[in-house]
Amino acid sequence: MNEQQHLDTLTDIKRIMERSTRFISLSGLGGVGAGISALVGAYFAWNILEDRSSYDSIARGGGDLLVIRLLMIAGAVLVAALSAGFYFTWKKARRQGLPVWDAAARKVFFNLMIPLGAGGLFIFGLLYNNQLALVAPSCLVFYGLALVNASKYTVTDIRYLGYAEIILGILALFNLYHGLLFWALGFGVMHIIYGTLMWWKYERVPAE
Amino acid sequence: MNPIGNLNKIFESRIRLGVMSVLMVNEEVSFNDLKQMLEVTDGNLASHLSTLEESAYIKVHKGFIGRKTNTTYSITKAGEKAFKGHLAALEAMIKFSS
Repeated sequence: MNEQQHLDTLTDIKRIMERSTRFISLSGLGGVGAGISALVGAYFAWNILEDRSSYDSIARGGGDLLVIRLLMIAGAVLVAALSAGFYFTWKKARRQGLPVWDAAARKVFFNLMIPLGAGGLFIFGLLYNNQLALVAPSCLVFYGLALVNASKYTVTDIRYLGYAEIILGILALFNLYHGLLFWALGFGVMHIIYGTLMWWKYERVPAE
Repeated sequence: MNPIGNLNKIFESRIRLGVMSVLMVNEEVSFNDLKQMLEVTDGNLASHLSTLEESAYIKVHKGFIGRKTNTTYSITKAGEKAFKGHLAALEAMIKFSS
C-alpha cells in the first residue's frame, strides 16, 4: 500500500458518503425549462387578468370562472415544469450512470413535499376563503421553504434559490397588486437564472 | 510509531469500507439501498455485512413492510470508533510518507 492508494481510498470514502446522502443529478436545464413554463403561464394569466371584463365579472359575482381559468393555467404550468425538471434530471442521472430514484432522491422528494403539501392545502384554504390576492405570495414562501428544507439532500446551491423565493414572497405580500409580477419573477426568472448557473457550474462541457 | 499498525484489517475490503462510509452518514440504511449505492451482488454484500456484524461494528434490524421483510443496518459506537481510527491511520500514513 502506497500513499496514492491511501489517497484513493480516502477519496472513495468521501465520494460514497456524498453520494449516499445527496442527490447530485438535479439538472440545471430542468430548472430553465421550469422557468420558461412559468413565464408562459404568467403571460396567459396576465392576459386574463388584464382583460377588464374579468374584473367586471368578479364584481358581478362571476369570479369563480376566473379562478377556474387561472387554476387551469397553474395546473398546466405545474405539469410542464415538473416534466422538464424530471426529464433533464433523468437524462443527467443516466449520463452519470446513477439511479434516478435512490435513497437520496427519496429524501429530496419527501423533504420537498412536506412544505409543499402544507403550502398546497394552505393555498386551497385561501381560495376557499376567496383570498385570491394572497395566493402568489404564499406560493413563493412555501416553495422557498421547501427548497431550503430539501437543500440538505441535494446540491447545496438550491438553498440560495430557496432564500430568494422566500424574500420575493414576503415582498409580494406587501405589494399585493403585483402578485403575478412577483410570481413570474420567482418561478420564471429565478428558475432560469438558477438553472443557467447550475448548468454552467456542473454540467457544461468546457470548450477546450 | 508506525501507523500501519493502526490500519484495521477488517476495512481492507473496499466493500466493507464502503458499507461503513454509508452508515457513518446515514442513520439507517436498508439492504437494497446499500446494494444500489455500492453496486454489489446480494451474496457478496451479505457476506461482508455478516463480517461487520460479527465484529460488532454494525447492528441489524429486521422489520416488515407489509409482508415483505425489510432489513436495515446501522453503525454501532464501536464501529464508529474503529472507522474513525482507520481514517486517522490512513491520513497519518499520507503525512508520514510525504
